[in-house]
Amino acid sequence: MFHPAKDQQEHMLGTSIIAVRYAEGVVVGADSRTTTGSYIANRVSNKLTSLHDSIYCCRSGSAADTQAIADYVRYFLDMHSMEIGNDMPLVSTAASLVRQLCYNNKEALLAGMIVAGYDPVHGGQVYSIPLGGLLVPRPYAIGGSGSTYIFSFCDANWQDDMTEDQALKFVERALAHAMARDGSSGGIIRTAVINKDGVKRGLVLGDRLPFMF
Amino acid sequence: MQFYQPQDARKHTTTPYVTGSSVVGIKFDGGVMLASDTLASYGSLARYVDFQRIKKIGDYTLVGASGELSDFQYIEKILSELVVNDFCLDDGYTLTPKEIYSYLTRVLYNRRSKLDPLWNQLVVAGHRDGEAFLGVVDLYGSSWEDDTVATGYGAYMAQPLLRKGYRPDLTANEAKKLLEDCLRVLWYRDARALNKIQVAIVTNDGVNISDSYHLDAFWDLDSAAPQTCLLYTSPSPRDRQKS
Repeated sequence: MFHPAKDQQEHMLGTSIIAVRYAEGVVVGADSRTTTGSYIANRVSNKLTSLHDSIYCCRSGSAADTQAIADYVRYFLDMHSMEIGNDMPLVSTAASLVRQLCYNNKEALLAGMIVAGYDPVHGGQVYSIPLGGLLVPRPYAIGGSGSTYIFSFCDANWQDDMTEDQALKFVERALAHAMARDGSSGGIIRTAVINKDGVKRGLVLGDRLPFMF
Repeated sequence: MQFYQPQDARKHTTTPYVTGSSVVGIKFDGGVMLASDTLASYGSLARYVDFQRIKKIGDYTLVGASGELSDFQYIEKILSELVVNDFCLDDGYTLTPKEIYSYLTRVLYNRRSKLDPLWNQLVVAGHRDGEAFLGVVDLYGSSWEDDTVATGYGAYMAQPLLRKGYRPDLTANEAKKLLEDCLRVLWYRDARALNKIQVAIVTNDGVNISDSYHLDAFWDLDSAAPQTCLLYTSPSPRDRQKS
């Protein structure tokens, strides 16, 4: 029988993740801390995973579970896009696939995901898929352990129909606050702006966060 | 969360994660009415505040859910498969509310018998050919019909009010007021309730689910602020928005 070391636990994405729909698309953001217990296994991890050209998912929960889900869904979407003549798959299709995996394996998985992206049919969309496999379309969504500290911040500061700049600032401020208070979140802020022109990835380094103590 | 144990592959009892609170329902003269708040809770966190927990199934039936909402989305899917099947058969016959209720009873009972329940209390309401239907199916597969129904905390707090207020000749407006009063009591006393609600009605003219709206509440109690003390009142954020 395999006995892991007594102090070693499963790799967790104690996390702060966020996705916001704005006028022309979506902005997604995440922190970069992966922990094993209280040891930071990776301080620059990438929790924004692409499922397709203009569809991203934000991962929180077990690193292994969410990577497995993202890999499956990336494969399914790849096949699906070939089947529909190399068109862009719908964001709702990607979200539905993620939800099916999360719902049908709910006893085995610890995965809280946010699927966000752009397709030409419905524009920018954000879908929240919490534990249990519920699918909720939202104008913006937050997730991960750090999100608990910024529910009020987001309630107070989110506005509908923001510009790209406003949305990016909102995402960076929200994540900075979550990372400040949540021990399981931290590192750098990774962002991605997704619209009809594709994906533009951004970075805010750990010593330049919009908010720190 | 339990780690997946391959040797226990057949044991699946799950705990609810994202849940809905009460659903209340009452028959009135000409139809049936359901109401619920629009909250999806994550434990004690009010996670999603505009979540529809009452859905239209076919042309004559409403299903409202308490409990695990991912299981409700699954139930929505299998019911819509039934409706599509009816449409494809194209024999002029569509499922009655009672048939949907019976089907759900079977599904939920069979899941519980596999120790893998769909963690819901479902209210099934319908009106067809002049006949009203109102019933409840729960996670054990128990089911019952009644003139007034309530799930969750509502079973304790709203049901007595509904039973007192029910008359066979109730009008739609009276029914709506009664259901709103029940949800107001639940807002006062259920820590997992919200004061944004929606009301759904089904009559001979079909199904109508309202948009969500705010429920007024009464806080000017003597026990809150004795008459002798000076009260500083500022306009509530909603009133500030209006002006």
